[in-house]
Amino acid sequence: MVLLSEDVRKKLQKEFEDLSGKVKLMVFTQEFECAHCRENTSLAQEVVSLSDKLDLEVYNFTLDKEAVERYGVDKIPAIVVEGEKDYGVRFYGVPAGYEFTTLLAAIKAVSAGESGLAPQTRETLAGLKDPLHLQVFVTPT
Amino acid sequence: MAHRMAIESDLVRADVVEASEFPHLVVKYNVFGVPKTVVNEEVEFEGALPEPLFLAQVMKATAK
Repeated sequence: MVLLSEDVRKKLQKEFEDLSGKVKLMVFTQEFECAHCRENTSLAQEVVSLSDKLDLEVYNFTLDKEAVERYGVDKIPAIVVEGEKDYGVRFYGVPAGYEFTTLLAAIKAVSAGESGLAPQTRETLAGLKDPLHLQVFVTPT
Repeated sequence: MAHRMAIESDLVRADVVEASEFPHLVVKYNVFGVPKTVVNEEVEFEGALPEPLFLAQVMKATAK
């Protein structure tokens, strides 16, 4: 299954030339009772094929319990975007349409290890004492 | 924005959730419009807010 057109692949290859650090897309999937898992895995495969800075690891949500627990994945399909460390960046559901742009932005930011946030935002976040869990609900269009 | 915050702070983790694929969460969190952000199950807000406003909403969860 090819999800990205030749044109898009070329553009992405060019964009990925600027990646500095390696990025791993860790896909959590299963073979049954997961309507969008196959599409999600295919999309991740196609994306990582466009740069040697990108790697893919595929985990089985049912069988790879250690990884599921380590990355706190509680539903599928899921993609963990990991760079030098696990920054806590997750996608649940296929990042298609508008969310594909969000995936690209996440890959670039994780690769650089740079949030790109304003100094004031950074200062506020540096003062955090307890964990924050953000869930952002989106739709593909 | 949420992902950027996760990259910035080790205490922040951020999930982007495709609403149509997880209808039970749409019901659980009363998602009527997107984007909708839920912080620590305590604070919720709708809309793509500019950075300072997004931050202000997120930080509300720390005051609870």
